[in-house]
Order: sequence, then C-alpha cells, then structure tokens
Amino acid sequence: MPISLQSRLPRTYRIVKVRKETAMVTSMTFDCSLGAKPGQFVMLWVPGVDEVPMSVAYDDGKNLRITFFAVGDTTKTLATMKKGDLVGLRGPFGTFYEWEPKQRLALVAGGYGASPMYFVAKEASAQGCAIDAIVGARSKDHLLYLDEFKGLPNTTLHVATDDGSQGHKGYNVDVLKQLLATGERPNQVFACGPERMLVAVSEVTAEAKIPSQLSLERYMKCGYGLCGNCTVDPLGIRLCVEGPVVKNETARKIAEFGKYHRDDLGKKQAF
Amino acid sequence: MNLSQTIHGVTFENPTVLASGILGITASSWMRVAAEGGAGAITTKSIWLHEHKGHRNPTVISTDVWTLNAVGVPDAGPEKAKEEIGAYNKKKPVPLIVNIIAESAANYGKTAEAVLPLKPDFLEVNISCPNVEDEFGKPFACSAPDAAAVTKAVKKAAGKVPVFIKLSPQALSIAEIARACADAGADGFTAINTVGPGMAIDLRSRRPILSNRVGGMSGPAIKPIAVRCIADIYAATGGKLPIIGTGGVQSGEDAIELMLAGASLIGIGTAVWKRGIDVFSKVCDEIKEFCAKEGISDVAELVGGMHKTIQRT
Repeated sequence: MPISLQSRLPRTYRIVKVRKETAMVTSMTFDCSLGAKPGQFVMLWVPGVDEVPMSVAYDDGKNLRITFFAVGDTTKTLATMKKGDLVGLRGPFGTFYEWEPKQRLALVAGGYGASPMYFVAKEASAQGCAIDAIVGARSKDHLLYLDEFKGLPNTTLHVATDDGSQGHKGYNVDVLKQLLATGERPNQVFACGPERMLVAVSEVTAEAKIPSQLSLERYMKCGYGLCGNCTVDPLGIRLCVEGPVVKNETARKIAEFGKYHRDDLGKKQAF
Repeated sequence: MNLSQTIHGVTFENPTVLASGILGITASSWMRVAAEGGAGAITTKSIWLHEHKGHRNPTVISTDVWTLNAVGVPDAGPEKAKEEIGAYNKKKPVPLIVNIIAESAANYGKTAEAVLPLKPDFLEVNISCPNVEDEFGKPFACSAPDAAAVTKAVKKAAGKVPVFIKLSPQALSIAEIARACADAGADGFTAINTVGPGMAIDLRSRRPILSNRVGGMSGPAIKPIAVRCIADIYAATGGKLPIIGTGGVQSGEDAIELMLAGASLIGIGTAVWKRGIDVFSKVCDEIKEFCAKEGISDVAELVGGMHKTIQRT
C-alpha cells in the first residue's frame, strides 16, 4: 500500500498479524504505513461499530502496528478480529515526541503507554540516544513490551508494579525519582500513560528542572482540528493538533490536567 | 481600509465569523479563536432545549475539496451552555452569536427563551441541519410555512435580540423561504448550511464511511452554491436584511465573492483545518490587500456589489 500522508478520509487495510500481549491487550499489524512518528495517533475505524483515536505502537514505513487495551465497544470488537480482516485507518494526526540524536532520555510508560514509548526508544536508540525505560503496570501480568525494550541498544530497562510482583513495588514515577536522586540527569523525560501518572511526572520534572513531554488523551471526533471536542481549558488548544504530545510547560498551564476531561457532549467528567 | 461594520447595533471589528459547529464547544476555544485566530465574531454550536446525543464516529471526514460531517448535533443543553457562555461573557473579546436548534416550532421558541439570559448579540436559528432529519422528517428550511412558523416562534421569544435564520441550499427555492421568513419578522439570514447530504463508501469493506451513512458537505467545493444562494436571498429581500454568508470560504477572495453576492459577514468553518486557527486574520489580510489594490476604503462597499452592478447595466 502506498504511503498516504495525513489522510483525513479513512481507508480500510488488512490485519497481517495479531499478537496477544496480555489477557486484555492485543497488538495488530496492518498492511500499510501512514508514515507516523512516535507519539502520533490514528483514528481507527471498526466498520459497523465506531471510530476511536489510537496511538501508534510502531510504523517503520512499511507496516503500522497498534497495541490496545480491550476496554470499550470498538476495542472489544477489534480484539476479536483476525488476520485478513479489514480495519479503517486515517492519520497520522497530532504532535510527536521530539529529541536530538545522542541525548539521554528517560521514558516513563504506564500500562499500554508502553507501546509509544517503545516506538520512541527504538528510533532514538538507533540515533545514539542513551535510554532509561521505566515500564510500570498494576502487576507482572500487565507489563508490556519488556522483551522489546531489552532487545534495544543503549537502553536500560526498569520495571515497577503496584503489587511488587515484578521489579520495584510501587509506581514507575518512584523509579524516576530514584534515578534523578542518583544524580542522573536525562536531557528530557517522556511519558505516556494514565493522566494521574502524567501529573506526577510533570511535577517531578518541573521540580528537577528537566524538560519533559507528555502525551494527553481526550475524546475526539474529527482528529484534525475542526470539531473542538478535545480542546482543553483554559488554553483552548486542540489535543488532536497542538497535542497529544505537549511540553510540560504547556501541560502545567492546562487547568483541567489531571482533574477532568470532556465527554462526547462536551460535559466535564472528573478523572 | 475599514473592516468594521455595525449591524443591528452590534459592531464587528472585521467581517469574519467562526461558523457554528466548528470549535464551538467551550469558552476556552472561543477565546482562542477570537484572540489568536482573529475572528470578528463567534458562533456557538447548535444548542438544544434538552441534552441531545450525536452519532457515533466516524462523524467528520475530509479530502482537499470536500468535508462530510454527520456529527448529529450533540449538545448538553442550555445548562452547560450557561456555564460556557457565562465564562465567555466575562471577557467577551468579540460578539457572540448563539445558534439554536429544536424539533418543533414551539421548542425553537422555548430554546430561544432559555438562551436569552445569556445575552447573545444575535440568535442564529438552525432550521437546516441535514443531520437530524430522521427525528422530524424534512428540515424546516425546505418548507416556507414551516420556516415562517419557526421564525415567528423565535421572534416572539427573542425580544430585542436580532434573529438570523440559517437556510439550507436544499430548498427548491431559497428565495421563497427567505421571503417567508422575512415576512415573519426575521432580522437576517445565515446561508448556507451544508450541502447534500453526500455519501462516501469505503472500497474494500463496501460500507458507507460515516456511521450515519450520509452527511452534510462543506469545504471549497460548495462555494459556488453558497454564492448563488446568497445572491438569491439578497435579491428576494431587496438587500434590506443582513446576511452571514457561509460556504467554502478559504481565502480573502472567497470572502469578497460572497460579499459581492450580498453577505455582510463571512462565516468560516471547514477552512480551519487547512489554513489553521488564524484563518480569520489571514482572510482579513487578504481582503485588505485586494481592497488596497482596487482602491476600496470600506468593506461595506462590497456588500451586494454584484446586484448594484447588474442594476446599473
């Protein structure tokens, strides 16, 4: 399939590979590339069901992969789909993580946030970046992408689980704090995961005066800046265009960050 | 070069207006469109009397020349509108046009009543949305008696707030509808709403892409239809009622063309994705550039220019 840059019209592509990651998480590879960069998202359409924003787990210019948690109607149906089935994709949309070759990066990944962080690590490690990947989950059974991170050059893997079943017992942000306490100063910290985790990363990195980039998630319809469903208070920026990856200085000006998000009717819903 | 106009007592620093349904959900968004984007006025999304669910995704899709949308006019009702409009009104950088929608003439009146305390500068009445047809059959904008009944109901509730009726290009005679609304007391018009509806089919799955199957079409391809409709409305009402011209405007030249057809203000929506949130200030700069070259000192001079030329020759 030819690369279609920032398509705003979905096309269906065939699933070429399905991999079960955990009981709830599946990865799928498609017979297309959208030329996505780490941190960008696509609008994924399950024909007959719904269309949702989904971060890209990997795109090497030949194939695009996603890793998703079966939690709503769309992703639950998606999880039952097989090799050869058709799924609609449009994009890529939004901002992406930005770094310089040879920088020292700390990546904080919570839950299925591990997949875009792996995408960063894969690309950045190939450019000579030194990487600390801190992967967190509720328990051992929910950890993602550990083998992939282990296989990357210049990458040190750290693991945290809430219940202590593997790695540090507690949050991945604790591991980041420990890392900073040893005098380790990454040039940048990137984070992807639940919003409460992002708030913690935002605070820790602001205090340490280390630049960070965070990926925020909001309900989306168009994905390219028209409908306004993903605008955040009080800046009025659209997380589909000016996000999803925002610099920490921007995140800290978003009053609703960690507090509320809006539903499909635009009503505020607390986190 | 003067871009400012005063219409029904409301001063607009420039003729560009954020069209309804685009970036229209929150006060933060309106503030940014005004401050960073340079819009001369803001229109809210359509407000219902009660909470109204929209359609499932996909709801908005585009190519370079057209956009189809079937969002289904989701809205949380006047209570949420009160919170957002209240926040906007505290600073209010530019005038606010409140767009309302309902499923019956009586409820249009009640919705107007419900939003009146929010002090809108204009009320814009959406009688032409192609996305909610299933709930009440043909849009009101396709029937002169229905359009007049809605106009009367809203006018009765609106007090001194000017009422603009948003018309559909799907009417067999938009001139007839406009005249019926004018006779019923309308203070102005917004034209046009989206065209169609249209449909897009995915080739491999052989399914319509929009969850609603069909959606209203916007984007640069619909501009000639907008120009014709605006010209028809202007001629039918003798140029006496102001028109907010909307449909396919991307550049200053597009805006000028709609003004020559009869529009005083210019709604911009779909072009936000292609030219960015500052499309409003870009369009204003381009209007000024054209007018400077042509020796036009006041933007109001463009309004209805085509009709005046035709009459002279």
